[in-house]
Amino acid sequence: MEEVKEQVISLPRLGQPAPAFEAVTTQGPLKLEDYKGSWLILFSHPADFTPVCTTEFIAFAEIFPELQKRGVELLGLSVDSVSSHIAWARNVEEKTKVKIPFPIIADLNKEVSMAYGMIHPGQSKTETVRCVFIIDDKQIIRTILYYPLTTGRNMDEILRIIDALQTTDANGVATPANWRPGDKVVIPPPNTQEMAEERLKEGYECVDWYLCQKKL
Amino acid sequence: MACISPDGKPTASGAKMLRALKAKAGSAEQVSQQAGLPLFRVRSGLRELEQAGLVSQKGGNYQLSAKGSELADSLPA
Repeated sequence: MEEVKEQVISLPRLGQPAPAFEAVTTQGPLKLEDYKGSWLILFSHPADFTPVCTTEFIAFAEIFPELQKRGVELLGLSVDSVSSHIAWARNVEEKTKVKIPFPIIADLNKEVSMAYGMIHPGQSKTETVRCVFIIDDKQIIRTILYYPLTTGRNMDEILRIIDALQTTDANGVATPANWRPGDKVVIPPPNTQEMAEERLKEGYECVDWYLCQKKL
Repeated sequence: MACISPDGKPTASGAKMLRALKAKAGSAEQVSQQAGLPLFRVRSGLRELEQAGLVSQKGGNYQLSAKGSELADSLPA
């Protein structure tokens, strides 16, 4: 397999438009723009028929219904071929009875991997690391997670981030550490002294003017 | 190809889109609803059906071509 040499490339950043792509997948050719209006989790895995990736695919398939309820689509990626993806997905279904319901990009030419900075030569010069890009319905990158080859991802955290981002968008609030749906949310800090003084009179639960929370 | 098999026959999802368009011309969103397929698959599929000359599009509104109508009519109900 061709090695990827270390090079300086511009990586996607939070708040920027997700890099456009057109890719061959297990559900036919897809473009990023096909997902406009839906949230999208684009995630990479190192290789088909490997143990940690198999546990992750089963776990992604298991949270798929919860993601669908939140208007989120899933799109996997590795540098394997479509035939390999199909064979692996069929094997997973045969052995574990879990059907992989989302498409998987066959990024043999590494175009998408490179555009999204998914190959980290310090981890592997040929495989993608475990990346998660959460892209919103306007195709803006909202979260980027990188996991090393040896560590499987945490699906609860991925769902929690989706819930937090969608709560933020819907209510103009932030979410504190370890927030879960139903917990209190954080009121964005005031920008002026006047707003800081008014903040304390508004009936929020405040530790001080800069840390106020409320129930939604 | 996701909608048309190498032998020229529509796949299950291709047939759903053709049936949806046979029932009513419309936008990708409307076809998605009618066919019960995710919007991203319909957008990709309509592109493929258009390239195959089975569907035409004007201003985001899709309809079957004569060739597409013929194929849709031949599908089992």
